[in-house]
Amino acid sequence: MENQFFVDSEHLTPAALAKKHRIENDPASRKNHMEYLSGMEIIESDVCSQVMAQMNSYDYSKYTARDVRAALEHTVCSIEDLKALLSPAAEPFLEQMAERARLETSKHFGNTVYLFTPLYIANYCENYCVYCGFNCYNHIKRMKLSMEQIEKEMKVIADSGMEEILILTGESRLQSNVEYIGEACKLARKYFRMVGLEIYPVNTDEYKYLHECGADYVTVFQETYDTDKYEQLHLLGHKRVWPYRFDAQERALRGGMRGVAFSALLGLSDFRKDALASALHVYYLQRKYPHAEMSLSCPRLRPIINNDKINPLDVHEKQLCQILCAYRIFLPFVGITVSSRESAEFRNGIVKIAATKVSAGVSTGIGDHESKYTGKESDSIQGDEQFEIDDNRSLDKMYKDIEGEGLQPVLNDYLYV
Amino acid sequence: MNNDKLIIGGQEFNSRFILGSGKYSMKLIEAAVKDAGAEIITLAVRRANTKEQESILDYIPEGITLLPNTSGARNAEEAVRIARLARELGCGNFVKIEIMRDSKYLLPDNAETIKATEILAKEGFVVMPYMYPDLNVARDLVNAGAASVMPLASPIGSNKGLATKEFIQILIDEIDLPIIVDAGIGRPSQACEAMEMGAAAIMANTALATAGDLPMMASAFKNAIEAGRKAYLAGLGRVLTRGASASDPLTGFLRD
Repeated sequence: MENQFFVDSEHLTPAALAKKHRIENDPASRKNHMEYLSGMEIIESDVCSQVMAQMNSYDYSKYTARDVRAALEHTVCSIEDLKALLSPAAEPFLEQMAERARLETSKHFGNTVYLFTPLYIANYCENYCVYCGFNCYNHIKRMKLSMEQIEKEMKVIADSGMEEILILTGESRLQSNVEYIGEACKLARKYFRMVGLEIYPVNTDEYKYLHECGADYVTVFQETYDTDKYEQLHLLGHKRVWPYRFDAQERALRGGMRGVAFSALLGLSDFRKDALASALHVYYLQRKYPHAEMSLSCPRLRPIINNDKINPLDVHEKQLCQILCAYRIFLPFVGITVSSRESAEFRNGIVKIAATKVSAGVSTGIGDHESKYTGKESDSIQGDEQFEIDDNRSLDKMYKDIEGEGLQPVLNDYLYV
Repeated sequence: MNNDKLIIGGQEFNSRFILGSGKYSMKLIEAAVKDAGAEIITLAVRRANTKEQESILDYIPEGITLLPNTSGARNAEEAVRIARLARELGCGNFVKIEIMRDSKYLLPDNAETIKATEILAKEGFVVMPYMYPDLNVARDLVNAGAASVMPLASPIGSNKGLATKEFIQILIDEIDLPIIVDAGIGRPSQACEAMEMGAAAIMANTALATAGDLPMMASAFKNAIEAGRKAYLAGLGRVLTRGASASDPLTGFLRD
């Protein structure tokens, strides 16, 4: 069963609807997704070709239990070992993989689990990514917070004790330009120790500017490394340009960011290949920029407003756990973030094995922290959510739960230097 | 034994076990300090840079010397800034320099470490640089004003023990400052071995953090370090010294 992504809103004009149907049904009407748009910086890099060569030649059906056992016995996990660990042959070895992953996690991170929260400051978007609640054809309440509203949200979050924030926007340069995001970063520096960004990919000089404004970590999800599938899911807008997105982390590092985060959105395409490519994207970039801090996320598809049927297909919790264990064994030093898309039970379990960072007190809507955190009815307008979350624990509850698992919750381990 | 003090930056310590504080619950710090008999505890400034609710400083018992580290620094300039921040935060004058340009192995950058040591020593810090055991670098650190030298035994967190044993021995033999073995010590027996070699002290963190019973492991390390120190002071029996010696003197035939 494939996901049914196309939803027609009754609010679209006939012309808009006609355009929507045309780009959905006629590939020839869509722009070349491998071609840069004007203004997009092109950097010289061989990381992409290395990752794609490995992914394209990855035939996971050829790996056997023997390969998996060998991978688990090796002190250092090679790329071949990673491929075995991500294969179906590794599924019966999940417990052994978890044991090894837990060992690696504790060697590098001890008992610590880092906490953060996302803050969506705008949900305008110029892209048509068929699975996303913010897509430009989805009829939702759109909103962009003013600086006063952003500061109010930040105060509410900071008052809860949170010290690390991830600022997000929909991908609209028009509505949320780089200066707007930069000003939000400057505000965030007042209230938080660590400021991360998850926004549309930008050029090196823009990353440099945002770094100077106080941001130090850039997250860009590639969604899928399968370029053909990517083309079918990202039908319109600048996000459609696959290679510009791929090089975003490298541009961010060149712009002076301390760290970068990666992910595929699991459930969009062949998850084993996407997981391999995500891990190798980190691996090759780390070899090129050894000083950089890197982390991986593992989001699975979630229901959105106007389409509650969207689901991650064959990526069940067991597969997700297998991927995370493989990531950890292959890349013992990277951070692994598990978002509130996953259930409280899954997150409680996975922080003991492989994850090092979880979000808490999460809202993926716009301007609703006060009502969500304090229960106070808000008289101001709020913008709709990007996707439905599963784990809605507050910071306080999450902190106590992590402690209850015998782990050490950490609100900050970071200095802006 | 009672007069056997560890002296760093003019300050005397009875304990030769330097405790790390990252990677485990702060509520365990007090117990760990007590059971380890530790008098020096490290503290990542990046972790201490937090709101009151969570401040590690609150968990550190009185009379313990704080050793803030510059973890997170990627070059000398950043390390210097972090050290100054530590002083502003009220962490005292001691500083452990950690400069890493490698997020995978967290290996120290010796060249940058020498630069930072020189700047901070001039500013009056008691500088304890973490370094990869290289004799020339150790000499440069001495000249730069370091108060001790902290060579790594093996990669941080690896618990692999004295992978750099031969080179640490050279530092112990050639450098007049205390040589404190830092990083990679996974078991009390490894700590004991380093102390037998003549190391002045041991620093451990992950080995405790990942133990089943942290305070008990702290106590095990304490005993091992003391045992190793005693063995060093006692002078190891000849079967254990470097190069075996014959039981009858080889030069017994010499007449005058």
